Amino acid sequence: MTTSPLPGTIRHDEIVPARAPWMHRVAAGETLRIVDLEGNQAVDFLMYAADDDSERYSAQDTIAAQRNLFLRECAVLLSNEGRPMMTITGTSVAYHDTIGGACSCESNTLRYGHHTKAQHSCVDNFLDANIRAGRGKRDMVSNINFFMNVPVEADGTLGIVDGISAPGLTVDLRAEMDVIVVVSNCPQINNPCNGFNPTPVRMQVSA
Amino acid sequence: MTTTTADPYGARDHARAMTGTRVEAMPTLPAAALDAPGETVWEETIAPAGYTSRRIARGTRLRLIDVAGDACASMLVFNAETPTERLNVADTLKVQWNGYLGAGRLLLSDMGRVMMTILEDDAGTHDAFCGASNEASNARAYGDGKNYGAHPNARDRFMLGVARHGLGRKDVHPCINWFKGVRIADDGATLPETGPFPPGRTLVLRAEMELVVVLANCPHVLDTRADFTVTSLRATAWRGEPAAEDDPVRTATPEGLRAFLNTEDLYAR
Repeated sequence: MTTSPLPGTIRHDEIVPARAPWMHRVAAGETLRIVDLEGNQAVDFLMYAADDDSERYSAQDTIAAQRNLFLRECAVLLSNEGRPMMTITGTSVAYHDTIGGACSCESNTLRYGHHTKAQHSCVDNFLDANIRAGRGKRDMVSNINFFMNVPVEADGTLGIVDGISAPGLTVDLRAEMDVIVVVSNCPQINNPCNGFNPTPVRMQVSA
Repeated sequence: MTTTTADPYGARDHARAMTGTRVEAMPTLPAAALDAPGETVWEETIAPAGYTSRRIARGTRLRLIDVAGDACASMLVFNAETPTERLNVADTLKVQWNGYLGAGRLLLSDMGRVMMTILEDDAGTHDAFCGASNEASNARAYGDGKNYGAHPNARDRFMLGVARHGLGRKDVHPCINWFKGVRIADDGATLPETGPFPPGRTLVLRAEMELVVVLANCPHVLDTRADFTVTSLRATAWRGEPAAEDDPVRTATPEGLRAFLNTEDLYAR
């Protein structure tokens, strides 16, 4: 699939280094484009209503309302109050994950062994960004993993498998309300979500 | 019996005359349950659309019964001593490599620890994907969804439940729905299994940590029935010990074993 030009003018354009957090306010009507620069990079994504951060992205509400686990084009990302926060207006990747959650040093000890405790994680990135804005651990909820692939088999078996992204593929999100977006450009090196090699992503905001 | 409530004496007599009233949905104090195999510490029937919250000790067995076949036991779980540690649904599924909950599975916290073990489950229809109904979803389905109305929603019930433990709206995290199921199709579609089911289906959980458990009993968010359909939920808890070193659930998987080691490390003090 090809990626069309962003509508309007670019108001923000930034490269998020591999393994790093990123936080940005996106106003209602603006479009955020995430570019998977080198392919198969998981972008862990949370968002909060800008005027009341106890309203935040809800994976379960989003799944229930769209009656599907996979986030595809036209998916409306809902808050814990059932309100639209952002809409996926375009994506050159078939679908994105919202059940796999974020890696943490604690969950890494369960998945791979206690030797991984010292590794950097998405929860550390989310906390790093959020704490600087007055949010803490209570603000951590199930997130979106853009460019990540988590299929569910008939017997319920699920897992993070090889990605379906490629260099230059994108996802576009139109803000339906003013939101604070918090991203962890995932540092995971133990599973296929980043091809075992975290890489940078590009964030563009246009209006 | 004739009473007057025109003065405080009469009002007092009137109120006290209610002593001993029994209805279906109420706690039994002191806790007693003839069908509990241990020393009972909690016996309560939660009303249709009702909620409750409770601290339970490490090792406690918590039995939930879908009394009449249409309960939906939405549940939040907190570490009672440090409530910023709570159930993490994503880790619970991802770490155990499975999206369907049943006997032998663990409920994991966001700190990599086992909070609860599912010891027995004869229901098999549970949901960890679709979460709680909210005011907007109940308003769409039933015309209103407010706590003070006829169709309360599970998320607002949670809010009242957590408030009893000093917690707030930010603490209402993704939940598990017991007794109402959601299966996943190849294309990711959610396939609800909302019953009604045979009465008496039973689930037994073991607390592996000191916990606060919050339960809301409202219709599942994907329940397509036009009427607000939900029936009573019975909760019974009795004393017990957490998983022993050779517990078959504890040693069943490498991921689970490490989660138990992390829990035991918390209590190595």
